[in-house]
Amino acid sequence: MRYIFEPGFFSSGPVHIALAVGTVIAVTSAVVGVFTVTRGQSFAGHSLADIATTGGSGAFLIGINQFWGYLAFGAGAAAFMEMIGIQRRRGRDVATGVVLGAALGLAALFLYLGTEFSSTTGASFTILFGSMFVITSSTVPALLASALLALATVVVLARVLLLSSLSPDIAAARGVPVRAVGAAYLMALAVSVALAAVIIGAVLSTALLIGPAATALRVAKGPVLAIVTAAGIGVAAIWIGIVLAYDSFYWPPSGRGWPVSFFVVTLIVGGYLLTYLRRDRPAAAVAAERPDAEQVCSPA
Amino acid sequence: MFSGLMLNTWIAATAVAVIAGVTGFFAVLRGSTFAAHAIPNGAFAGAAGASLLGLNAFAGLAVFSVGGALGIAGLSRRSRHDVATALTFVMMLGIGALFVSWSTEYAQEAYALLFGEVFGVSTGDVLPILVLGAVCIAAIIVMFRPLLLSSAMPEVAEARGLSARRMDLAFLLVMALATSMTVPVVGALLMFSLMIGPAAAARALTARPFLAMTLAVVIALVTVWTGIAISYGTNWPLGFFVGVMGAAFFLFGQGYALLRRHRVRPETG
Repeated sequence: MRYIFEPGFFSSGPVHIALAVGTVIAVTSAVVGVFTVTRGQSFAGHSLADIATTGGSGAFLIGINQFWGYLAFGAGAAAFMEMIGIQRRRGRDVATGVVLGAALGLAALFLYLGTEFSSTTGASFTILFGSMFVITSSTVPALLASALLALATVVVLARVLLLSSLSPDIAAARGVPVRAVGAAYLMALAVSVALAAVIIGAVLSTALLIGPAATALRVAKGPVLAIVTAAGIGVAAIWIGIVLAYDSFYWPPSGRGWPVSFFVVTLIVGGYLLTYLRRDRPAAAVAAERPDAEQVCSPA
Repeated sequence: MFSGLMLNTWIAATAVAVIAGVTGFFAVLRGSTFAAHAIPNGAFAGAAGASLLGLNAFAGLAVFSVGGALGIAGLSRRSRHDVATALTFVMMLGIGALFVSWSTEYAQEAYALLFGEVFGVSTGDVLPILVLGAVCIAAIIVMFRPLLLSSAMPEVAEARGLSARRMDLAFLLVMALATSMTVPVVGALLMFSLMIGPAAAARALTARPFLAMTLAVVIALVTVWTGIAISYGTNWPLGFFVGVMGAAFFLFGQGYALLRRHRVRPETG
């Protein structure tokens, strides 16, 4: 055991917080991610994380907790994307891209002003890549509350969301308010992505959102099983990632530690590639089995 | 404003805007917006690796952007395109995070690569930018018709024997090439804004492909030139002006398209 868990792993306060919060984030991201992948909104999911970055740097600039900055910008951008037409199949990615471009411009400005006035050059790096071991315990309740909110939204909406993801026309015919459901889902996505952005950094939160869900959708049969599998993969990746990052303080180049995000991403992408090893099924058969959003939502 | 080092800036920025307009037009047409975001951003990890090994940043950018293009195209064979893009992208960034954590003095440089250093273009940088830019434009001109067909009507293109996969790979490689030349100048984030904003606006303004592409180049040029002029005066980052102006042009284009649609078909609204 001593070779796996370096001394002090179980008694370290920051590790406890990282493990607890990481678990919550992994579960939330994975559950929300299953719908993100099904709906083909990976780009929106990633963009919301990047946009939350802007909020983080803005909050840094005016000196409030970054978490509120992430949340405010994420939710705002989700509302804006919804407004300018993320629902329309054609041009959805373009609308996402334009919002993202504008937000990144703002991020450049915030970071410039921030480094101008307080001369902390490391700030841009922390905001982009996050730092698991610097979560303060005062932000934990807020983190948990938002995670539960996002999770509850998706769980409550699960059935109508699945239907309107797979077949918007049938859903609309059955009286499901497709647009409202999509908007509520986008909000949940924004909140869960903002959370992940605090933990492993805005850019890499995409890994936790898309990776476990995409892997689960390849191996699991049925949506419920896929959600459970995705959550399991996400939690496993973040736990092993934290253990390895903690151990890596003793690895070369010594005394620096390797980033948690590197381990988590490698584990998640590795897990996804493992599903490729399963016996080959012709792509057409896979598509026929699961008439997923690619057919339903792809631009004509 | 037009002397010495600033002359390099104007030349480099003009070349970048032309490339961004041309590749951006196809990125928007094909719906490859996510790849347009992922390749420049992920390539930044390559620059971090190159600086760690003491190599030229161009080499690292080229290796990682081409690797990213191959990764996206390879994974797409058996995965959804957006999932393939997302996973390739996060893998590149994960490696980038590792490189940056190993290097001691990288934070400032990372900022420059993400947000650009357009005012620090040396005379030695201008030539490779122009050469690579010319190669990209030439590649797009050679592929223009098949690429347009496979972007606008993939089924028809397949029926005529044009492999969609191969066209996708070719286009991603051109984008990778464009990326490795533009990222050191305008930054990964800016390159994306410059590809998508003007092209999306141009497409909303006209449906004719060649006109739309020309318009995208013109809008990109206007954006960059105005941005540099204001940025020179205020010292605020160029990325801010390009990002915001791209979005403004897009909204203007959308508004115009909406207006035109209302005028042509008032009954369908």
